Amino acid sequence: MSTTDDRTLSTQPAPPDGGAGGPVTLPRLGPVGWLRFVWRQLTSMRTALFLLLLLAVGAIPGSTFPQRSIDAARTAQWISDHPSAGPLLDRLGFFEVYASPWFAAIYLLLFVSLIGCVVPRSRIHWHQLRARPPRAPRRLDRLPAHREEVVDGSPDEVRDRLRTALRGRRYRVHAHDDSTLSAEKGYLKETGNLVFHLALIGVLVGVGWGHLLGWKGDVIVPVGKTFANTLGGYDTFSPGPWVDPTDLSPYTIRLDTMDVAFETEDKGAGQFGMPRDFRATTTFTGPDGRAEQREIAVNHPLETGGGTVFLLGNGYAPRVTVRDADGTAIYTSATPFLAQDNNYTSVGAIKVPGARPDDLGFAGFFLPTGVIDDERGPHSVFPDTLDPQLALTAFSGNLLPGGRPQSVYTLDTAAMKPLPGKDGADQLRILLRPGETFELPGGRGSITFDGVERFAGFSIRTDPGKTLTLVSALLALAGLVLSLVVRRRRVFVRVRPDETTGRTVVSVGGLAKDDDEGMDDEVAAVLTGPEGTR
Amino acid sequence: MTDYTLAQLSNYSVYSAMVVLTLAMLAHGLYLARIVPARESASTREEAPARELVAAGVGSEGSAASAEGAGGATADAVEAEPRSARKAAGIARMLTLLGTLLLVAGVVLRAAEVHRWPLGNMYEFAIVGAMFTLLAYVGWSTRRDLRWLGLFVVGPVLLVLGAATTVWYTDASELMPSLRSYWLAIHVTVATMTVAVFTLGAALGILYLVQDRLEASDAPPRSFMGRLPSARALERMTYGAHIIAFPMWTFTVIAGAIWARQAWGSYWNWDPKEVWSFVIWVVYAAYLHARATTGWKRQNAVWIALGGFVCVVLNFAVVNLFLVGMHSYSGL
Ligand code: HEM
Repeated sequence: MSTTDDRTLSTQPAPPDGGAGGPVTLPRLGPVGWLRFVWRQLTSMRTALFLLLLLAVGAIPGSTFPQRSIDAARTAQWISDHPSAGPLLDRLGFFEVYASPWFAAIYLLLFVSLIGCVVPRSRIHWHQLRARPPRAPRRLDRLPAHREEVVDGSPDEVRDRLRTALRGRRYRVHAHDDSTLSAEKGYLKETGNLVFHLALIGVLVGVGWGHLLGWKGDVIVPVGKTFANTLGGYDTFSPGPWVDPTDLSPYTIRLDTMDVAFETEDKGAGQFGMPRDFRATTTFTGPDGRAEQREIAVNHPLETGGGTVFLLGNGYAPRVTVRDADGTAIYTSATPFLAQDNNYTSVGAIKVPGARPDDLGFAGFFLPTGVIDDERGPHSVFPDTLDPQLALTAFSGNLLPGGRPQSVYTLDTAAMKPLPGKDGADQLRILLRPGETFELPGGRGSITFDGVERFAGFSIRTDPGKTLTLVSALLALAGLVLSLVVRRRRVFVRVRPDETTGRTVVSVGGLAKDDDEGMDDEVAAVLTGPEGTR
Repeated sequence: MTDYTLAQLSNYSVYSAMVVLTLAMLAHGLYLARIVPARESASTREEAPARELVAAGVGSEGSAASAEGAGGATADAVEAEPRSARKAAGIARMLTLLGTLLLVAGVVLRAAEVHRWPLGNMYEFAIVGAMFTLLAYVGWSTRRDLRWLGLFVVGPVLLVLGAATTVWYTDASELMPSLRSYWLAIHVTVATMTVAVFTLGAALGILYLVQDRLEASDAPPRSFMGRLPSARALERMTYGAHIIAFPMWTFTVIAGAIWARQAWGSYWNWDPKEVWSFVIWVVYAAYLHARATTGWKRQNAVWIALGGFVCVVLNFAVVNLFLVGMHSYSGL
């Protein structure tokens, strides 16, 4: 694009120096001048390009380093595995790339640049939409596409025919004088381009809105239990900064059944035991008190009106009864154990605070299809309950030293002592199958493995920005297609009488934005098409 | 027919496609070898000493010849293609068509075998992607003469098929629950088609950069490149492929986000596959930007597009296998 604005049909704002490659003079800039200079730099296409590439590069570390918001445990593990690089990278935000100040700086600058670029362009385009096509240049033969012919008819007749031809090809036509026509079409290209860029701002706003006003909470619900949508009902709850977490819609969800299917045929590498179907049947009781049976499955979330319920996990909750020395049950519950691998080798803890003489705690594994060998210890070899086993160690002491908050899936043994084994081993090992009972040493009572329930891991989320984001994204797509498919073209016509033959010399020149292979054909078609000169 | 026989048939079909495509590749290569301008091969023999002298000078003659000849438009370069070249091209075309049909059959049989859309693991992505690439090439060839492009399409396709059948091969199986959705058919199909178009775009981009070098240098076109479209035309075709692919990729990302909301609860999770899809989108956006930026060289813009293609390849070959995320569907 080395030629002037008029000839290239450019819709870009002119570069700061007007595009001329003249000698560079450096005027003395006052503070306002500097601001203006910085603003012009920021809103130039080159800067946008640079920031786009920077954004791409900046996004990559988030895929190669574990991210805290996605997998906090793996992130902590990585940092402790790399004692020198870990903390440094942590400080630089490499484990929270998409929330880090430098990533935000890139995309915010990009969007400032975008606004600074698109607003003036929209204004120009708005004026162009209502303006007439510009006057024909004096020398049409200098335009990239040009044809000249001598045809029958008077200049006025020829001009009228061409006007009709151009209109037929959906040009906007205007005659600035008696011997020329100026025609332009393809305004939708720039419109589409502007819609695309503006819609990107809509996407960003939608994402931000969802972040500020959305929330998500996770909860594990064993079969037969009911979840109530209150802050206390959740295992974890992460609200956006502007969310009032006491203002949740009062509904309950009872998990009636949890159906799970796994691949049982060995169809090739890695497929045996793969999950095939997860389906939770629930009783949903809305705020109005009406109860209905609803199914929640992967890819089929439940819309509640106050958050969408997704089935994101499942696992096993062994039902265990702990009795004291007199045989009174002091603990009866289905306790969720969390799956650690694809075969649902699950870990968990059973906490019995009311036992005597001290609190009792059990920690260990639940194995749906258990195998215990020396090499790998207790593990499961299939995700379904073909041979369920509970492998536990027992502790006594104080379960809640100092009342610190702790995870329900692990035992804090800081103030506890392991119960010793029978034959002098320093650790008691308990292995139970459903229905079996183990007598604890020292008159502490017994533990019975009654059976296994499944649990469902629900994630309940709201995102008030998602509609805006989706609509903007689709608008952006539509704008993009227009911008890339539509061609912006100008055609100029000049007629003059041919003195010698009494016919008319007609000269047609065409000009397109970008290089447009079809412009020659377009000019030819205008000249010779159905309404043209022949 | 049992699924087992279908599986065998599908595999045989893919293998025979590979054999046929190998022959097609040879024929395409032969075509290019035969269209090397005859005048040049003669002149290099006779005028070799003379040219050295000229080259020692400024070499203005040579550059003039090359600038015109590269477009394939000079009077003597327009001389008809040798008959043997035309024959090779005809054979290449038939073989490519046959290989494409065999690959289509392989994919259809695979789908019949697994009773679902055949896009559930890496092997299937690869063979379907290869199929779309060939279909795009064959389809486009009906509209313009693309015989010169054949080698650069069939070659990469064979490479992908080779990797698919050896490293990525997975026996047919059902889908994981999160993949059971009609969005699989929409999102993954469009993604695979887009990759096919990006592949054509990258092949054209590389040819453009080579052609551009040759046109800029003083050496007369001594290779088949002299018969290829001019650098300017190649650059336009590169752009043409990308402006088809870019909106398709935009759609892929949007559709993926809609599906992610259904399957994972949130439309964007910065899972590695999502990160890379985003990076690809941004890099190609930068390409389109660069091409429209006043004062940016077309060559540099095309380099950005090729960078985008490197990201596409990484997204498939590396992210699926080595980065931990929720898109763990490689089946390996
Ligand atoms: C979020 C960042 C941005 C993205 C993803 C983006 C993407 C794109 C894409 C894909 C195109 C190609 C459409 C076409 O060729 O018609 C384009 C064109 C364009 N962009 Fe952007 N853009 C961004 C920011 C900006 C900024 C900051 C500016 C201004 C400095 C800008 C100015 C333009 C202009 C003027 C065109 C039209 C080029 C032409 O005349 O063909 N864009 N943009």
